[in-house]
Formats: sequence, structure tokens, C-alpha cells
Amino acid sequence: MRALLALLALLLWTAQARAEEIVLGLSSDQVAITATFTGSDILIFGAVKRDTPAPAGAAPLGVVIAVSGPLQPLTVREAQRRFGIWVNSAAVQVDAAPSFYAVATTGPLDKVLSSTEDLRHSITIPRAIRAIGNDVGNREDFLDALLRIREGEGQYRILEGAVEFDEQTLFRTQIGLPANLVEGDYPTRIFLTRDGEVIDMFETTIYVRKAGIERWLNALAHEEPFLYGLLALALAIAAGWGASAGFQALRG
Amino acid sequence: MQLYLPIAEVSVNAFLLLGLGGRRGLLSGMFGVGGGFLITPLLFLVGIPPAVAVATSANQIVASSFSALLAHLRRRTVDMWMGSVLLIGGLLGSALGVMAFNVLKALGQVDLLVKLCYVAFLGTVGGMMLAESLRALYRARTGVAPKRRRHNWVHALPFKTRFRVSGLYISVIPPILVGLLVGLLSAIMGVGGGFILIPAMIYLLGMPTKVVVGTSTFQIIFLTAFTTLLHATTNQTVDVVLALLLILGGVIGAQVGAQIGTRLKPEHLRLLLALLVLAVCGQIALGLFLRPDDLFSIEAAE
Repeated sequence: MRALLALLALLLWTAQARAEEIVLGLSSDQVAITATFTGSDILIFGAVKRDTPAPAGAAPLGVVIAVSGPLQPLTVREAQRRFGIWVNSAAVQVDAAPSFYAVATTGPLDKVLSSTEDLRHSITIPRAIRAIGNDVGNREDFLDALLRIREGEGQYRILEGAVEFDEQTLFRTQIGLPANLVEGDYPTRIFLTRDGEVIDMFETTIYVRKAGIERWLNALAHEEPFLYGLLALALAIAAGWGASAGFQALRG
Repeated sequence: MQLYLPIAEVSVNAFLLLGLGGRRGLLSGMFGVGGGFLITPLLFLVGIPPAVAVATSANQIVASSFSALLAHLRRRTVDMWMGSVLLIGGLLGSALGVMAFNVLKALGQVDLLVKLCYVAFLGTVGGMMLAESLRALYRARTGVAPKRRRHNWVHALPFKTRFRVSGLYISVIPPILVGLLVGLLSAIMGVGGGFILIPAMIYLLGMPTKVVVGTSTFQIIFLTAFTTLLHATTNQTVDVVLALLLILGGVIGAQVGAQIGTRLKPEHLRLLLALLVLAVCGQIALGLFLRPDDLFSIEAAE
């Protein structure tokens, strides 16, 4: 009898929790980097599926979308003046930082997402970087510098209010991927929030791959480096010869 | 027109790269220097990762040097024998330089060392050339004949051999040592080394200016080809698309430069090169002394 009650409670709880869930669409889950690639816009859209109407008097829903690039190790260095010249004096290793990170929301971040939920799901950029287990000791300023520089270069973006949300049901946003995109898997998470609390989450992946000649050259460079080196030299010499012969012909 | 580079993984304007290549080719044709010391810092500015910039500029120096060498061969201004002796030292030095580079990289001060190397060598070489070419111009005006050939310690060494095209009868030791130094610096600084090789050939070995440019081009081709292969096999940082664009601009510039070079007086040519070298030196030095915009910098780990 007790077990039955527990089961009932669980069922009720899940029904409550899943009363509003995300149904997602992507304009494309593949981004092909070709020779003329200059960046790309990914359209992320979806709907909130409801089994029951939204509870009366409840706070409006919010949507938070986080797209992350592949993780890479890097070194942050600080310059100091020594003997009159600027020298890299201190360095901090960051084991894994996303090459790209964008957060798009329906409204001001502190309204749609509470800091506890941010901490739990590691949504915003500083949280996401710390969540990977990067230990920078007491040099928080190095991590701040990393965020500042990458934000300045457009690699890290906070897009507050960039998600359009119609009738509390249909949402869509466009996330611009920069031209210097790194190949890899881009985990994408969509959070549905109410009162800053996450009530549903959806995960998907956007695959960024080189295509065509870009793909072929990159593969050759890494799999047959010696052959690739010879090819590079052959191209160089052929071009040098061709130009010389061309000029000779022009003059003659 | 934007083009995505497969190895550098950045999208760059193709015409900008063509223009950079053209400028470098012009210098290479005029002075016989590879121009790596000019193009590598410019590539950093365009946003190419330093490792790719260094490796790729070695590759494209091969191309424009080859086209310049053909022009020099037609004019018979290449001392093949001298070039080969220099090259033996050069390959040895390059291998040593790669080792030294890796040690310094582990210490995290490679950037500073490369910049200090640039300032020290460009400053010294540029200053010496400037002084010498001004003296030569002064002599030409006053009509005082220069001393043709000095007998210094270079002529007292053993293993003497005849360099027919240069009209020299000297020991092979100085050219090998010069080659070694150039190879060492080329590996550390990511340059062909012409801007050190040419003054060394003129002032240390006493070669006639006429054959200096062609001979240095000859040895630079082999040295940079070796470096390209080394980078391609160990770091996979040679970007052929980037190289082709730079080459395309460069080969045209080199042909034009070679034409201008034959029309200018050697003293004027040296004066121009000296000023150019000093200008680049000054710019790099400024970067060392001025406070950077952001004290922090990000570097991708291996």
C-alpha cells in the first residue's frame, strides 16, 4: 500500500514537472565550413508543449539558450614591466575553455534565471568555465581577462532579450557563428524557466564540419604530413616557375 | 572576397593577402631578402595564428625565391659553390635552432626572445648597412677610391677553396659559420635570414655585391624548403591556401622588384634596405616599450 502511494506520488510529481516541456527545431544541425565561409546564422526555434493550461496567476515563462563550442586548453598570460620592457611574467593554465559560447535569453538574465539554477546547470559563461573543473587558484583576474578578451573578440556573447517568445508558446532566436569557427561539436542547451527556476531542459548538438577542399586539405595535412609538405613545396616551386616563365614570355 | 583558410581556421580577405604577398615579393626581388621578417608580423596582425604564420611564410618564400633565382640565373649572378657551402652550415644551424626553440617554448618566453632577436639583429645589421652605404655614397661623390679588398682574419684560415663566380679564394670555415648562424636565426625567428646573410656576405666574406643577392636567394630556397617540411611534418601548421595567395602576389612583386634592383646603384640599394630594416626594428622595439592595450593575453596550448 505504501509502495503504491509512493508510485502515485512520483507519477503526480513527474506529471507536474513535465506539465510544460520544450519541443525544438533547428534551421540546421550541420554547419559546413567551405572555402567561402564567412560565418553562419543558426536559427533555433521551438514551442512549449502543454498538457494542461498554464496555471493561473503563474509568473511568465522564460527561455535561455546556451550554445558552446568545443573545449580547448589555453594559457592566459599577464605582462609586467621589467627593465623598461613589457614581459610576460605570470601565466595561468586553463584546461578547457569553450572556443565559442553564446547565451540568448527572452529577457534580462537575472530575471529569467536565478543564480542557484545558473550554478546548478552552469549556464552563463563564467559558470560554464568554472564548471569544467578549471582551477585557477586565487587568480580570478586571469579568468576575468579570458572572458573580457573573448567577449571583445565576439567569441563569447550574452544576448539578453534576443529570444523572441510569442504567446508564451513559440520561441525563436538567431545565433551568429563567427567566421573563425572551430570545427567540432557544439552542444546546445535550451532551458525553460519560471521565476528563475528551470522547469524543463532540452539538449541537442550542432555539428560544425569542414567541407569540400577545406576538409580534404586539413585531413591530408594531419594524416599524411610529409606528403602534404611536399605538395606545399611543389605548389610553391610550380608557382614560382610559372610566374617567371610568364614574365619571360611577356617581355619576349 | 573572404576566404576560409583550412589550417589557420580563420576567414580572411583574399585581396588583402595578395597585397601582402605582392609587397613582400617586391622587396625580395629588389634586395634578395626573403622578406619573412616583414610578412610574418603582418600576418599576426591579420589574425593568422603565429605558428601557422611562421610555417606558411617559409613555404611562400620558397616560391618567390625560386622565381627570383631563375631571374638571377639568367643574369649569371649566382655563386652555386658558395651557396652550397653556406647551405651546409644553414641546415645544421636550422636543426639546432628548432631544438633551441622548443626549449625556450617550454620556458614560456619565446615571444619575447623572438622580438628581442628581431630588435638586436635588425638594429645592428641595419645600422651597419646604413653607415656603410652612406660612406660609399660619400666616396662616390668625392671620388676617393675605396680599398678594394681587405686582408683580415678570414684569409688566415685553412681549407681554402676558390669561389670562381665571386672571385674569392678563402677558407670554407667562415661561410659555414655564417650559414650556421643564419640557419639558427631562421628557425628561431621564422625568417629566411637574407637580411643577415647579405651583409655578412658583403662585409665578412668580401663577396662582390653583384653576386650576393642571387647567391643568398639560392641558399634561402633550400633552407626555407627544409623548414617548410619540418613544420609540415612536426606541427601541421603549413596552410597551402594561405601560401598560394601570398605566392600569387609575391611572384609578381618579385619580378617587378628584380627589374628595379638591376636599375638602381648598389649603394642606393643598400641604403634603402638599411632604412627598411631599421624601420621594422623600430616598430618592434616600440611594441616592447609601450604598455600593451590589455596586459593579459590568451595563447592556445598545444
